Amino acid sequence: MASAAAAGAPPGPAAPRGRKSVTGTRRTVAALFLLPALVLLGALVVYPIGYSLVRSFYNASGDGFAGFDNYKTLFTDDGIRTALKNNVLWVVFAPTVATALGLVFAVLTERVRWGTAFKLVVFMPMAISMLAAGIIFRLVYDQDPDKGVANAVWVGVHDTFAQSSAFPKAHPGRDSPLVAQGGGFVTRTAVHAGRPVALPLVGVAPDQLPDGAAKAAAARPEPGKVTGTTWQDFTRGKGVGRLGAPDPSEVGYAGMRIEAVKDGTVVASTEASGDGTFTLPAAADGAVLRLPASNFREPYDGVDWLGPALVTPSIIGAYVWMWAGFAMVLIAAGLAGVPRELLEAARVDGATEWQVFRKVTVPLLAPVLAVVVVTLMINVLKVFDLVFIIAPGSSQDDANVLALELYRKGFAEGRPGVASAISVFLLLLVIPVMLFNIRRLRREVRR
Amino acid sequence: MTATAGSIGKADPVRTVKARQPVASRIAERLGGGLVRVVLILVGLFWLVPTIGLLVSSLRAPQDMSASGWWTVFTKPSQLTVDSYQRLLENSDITNSLVNTVLITVPATVLVVVIGALAGYAFAWMEFPGRDWWFLGVVSLLVVPVQVALIPIAELFGKLGLFGTIFGVILFHTGFGLPFAVFLLRNFFAEIPRELLEAARLDGAGELRLFARVVMPLGGPAIASLGIFQFLWVWNDMLVALVFTKSGTQPITVALQTQVRQFGNNIDVLAPGAFISMVIPLAVFFAFQRQFVSGVMAGAVK
Repeated sequence: MASAAAAGAPPGPAAPRGRKSVTGTRRTVAALFLLPALVLLGALVVYPIGYSLVRSFYNASGDGFAGFDNYKTLFTDDGIRTALKNNVLWVVFAPTVATALGLVFAVLTERVRWGTAFKLVVFMPMAISMLAAGIIFRLVYDQDPDKGVANAVWVGVHDTFAQSSAFPKAHPGRDSPLVAQGGGFVTRTAVHAGRPVALPLVGVAPDQLPDGAAKAAAARPEPGKVTGTTWQDFTRGKGVGRLGAPDPSEVGYAGMRIEAVKDGTVVASTEASGDGTFTLPAAADGAVLRLPASNFREPYDGVDWLGPALVTPSIIGAYVWMWAGFAMVLIAAGLAGVPRELLEAARVDGATEWQVFRKVTVPLLAPVLAVVVVTLMINVLKVFDLVFIIAPGSSQDDANVLALELYRKGFAEGRPGVASAISVFLLLLVIPVMLFNIRRLRREVRR
Repeated sequence: MTATAGSIGKADPVRTVKARQPVASRIAERLGGGLVRVVLILVGLFWLVPTIGLLVSSLRAPQDMSASGWWTVFTKPSQLTVDSYQRLLENSDITNSLVNTVLITVPATVLVVVIGALAGYAFAWMEFPGRDWWFLGVVSLLVVPVQVALIPIAELFGKLGLFGTIFGVILFHTGFGLPFAVFLLRNFFAEIPRELLEAARLDGAGELRLFARVVMPLGGPAIASLGIFQFLWVWNDMLVALVFTKSGTQPITVALQTQVRQFGNNIDVLAPGAFISMVIPLAVFFAFQRQFVSGVMAGAVK
């Protein structure tokens, strides 16, 4: 931490004679220079620490001593327990994922000429507010695949592998020759060659009909073959029109799958052409026709990113989007200090790029990586805005973290005692880093 | 540690020519290099898509937003319109909150720089008992989470009549900006060559003149980093303002936050609003990349 923080100062030799005042300042002058800073720090940072500590032992109204009750609440209250659990997830995954990505990016960008442009792109989210990032990711994670890009991509990939059906809401109309069976539909009676079959359904929204759908046509009888038509038996404004026969404005179910079933086994199958007509071989004679369930599956509508189960990982994803650039830049700076000869020597000795990375680069960067991970851990403890903005009201309880719970307890639920206990707890978590900072600096400061 | 501050593009690859490589490994390297490029381009796009989504969304009418995805503009660019921005800028709540953001950010930045520089100079070049201990004390406050102070300061401000005022928010940000400011500037000032200060002293400069005429100008780079970092920190803050402002004094982040509960219905306010709130930080980012990077690197401890 401290060394990352020291980065702003130019490296240079220690002042040879110490930094004794050049003017022989009186102490009152020094006090005047320090006064504004110390007063503000005392009132705004130090005093609140003490106040929180004391307040955490008092009840909600602040007039009765409560002992450790508030701290007991910390580990029994459902909301706080969820928050603690989520904080563990955050602290374990967010810093490590961001750092791992940062490491990979830093190493890879060294190999391309436009690495700087790439770094700019990845680092840019650091400049914007968590509120803006929250709004950005609310959009990304929108459940509707027609709005949220995450689900649009996910559904696109899913549908490439599992064909979605074209006729999700189709069902038989009145007096239909079809009955429902196992998610699909079958004809009530067996079909016979030379007698065209009608398989009318209704209920598919016009804009959802497949692209190849054309005007439905009545099938012609063909000797030795089973022919028929499957179509949307619905004329806009006129209801069914002529029931059970294709009317001029009615559209064929292009691509509908049709199976001929005899005694439970499929003996022939085909797909309807653009005008809804289909032809089955003689084997289908005497079978019942089935429109299998695969035609009517509801469309897959993606992952519920912001639902109770996934909301925390989703928000961690948004955090990684913001902070991987930070890790990358710090690690790249560290990488610039790695002696090239070492890497070259390893390569000359026949090490593969992966071995060089694993056995030379990473161990040399270990101190930098540690600094980045610890810095991000501290940072993660304070994450508030992202959770507050991205988690919708319905799943905010599931996405809860300590920093958010502190705000809720303190300002929404009017329980400042418990909120103070949470802040003391947060403070305890950062104290090791505080001590580490001091120890490091004590050496530097005494030059 | 070797992480010295620098611009993003500092680490330039050292290209090495390998003599007499087996052909197979050279081919493998070519392919590998191509793969690296493809991966980086894909990752870069992946990183850009969310922001582009917001930008495009802010430029579409709400009815288009509910009908289809923002990516459809690439096939139907006629959907683009600045109506949402126009309506947003006619909304006095939003414009007032933008003004409030400026009114909070500028003083909070200036105050932190000035007060931090005074203290940093005192810690670097003045003598008083326990100097280094005081400095360590200030630095130890670097990691204190702002959340710790919310309840105590809300109560304090309530008593002092500062609750809900812009001045209160400025004070809070100044207080929490100071540990880092003092830390950064003290370290930078300590590296100023003693001879420079002595020369000025011999010319008869007093402590205040020395500070204003020698130390501050020499501290330019550190002050720039600090200023930019603090500016963005305050500009982007939502939590502190959420607690300490009321309806007339809230900055843009808080004004937008109130619309998030009905996210779907308010997207025509949220998307352009978020984008407007990002314009200044992004401009600062692109204009002062180098200082911003060193500021963020140095200030990550906050």
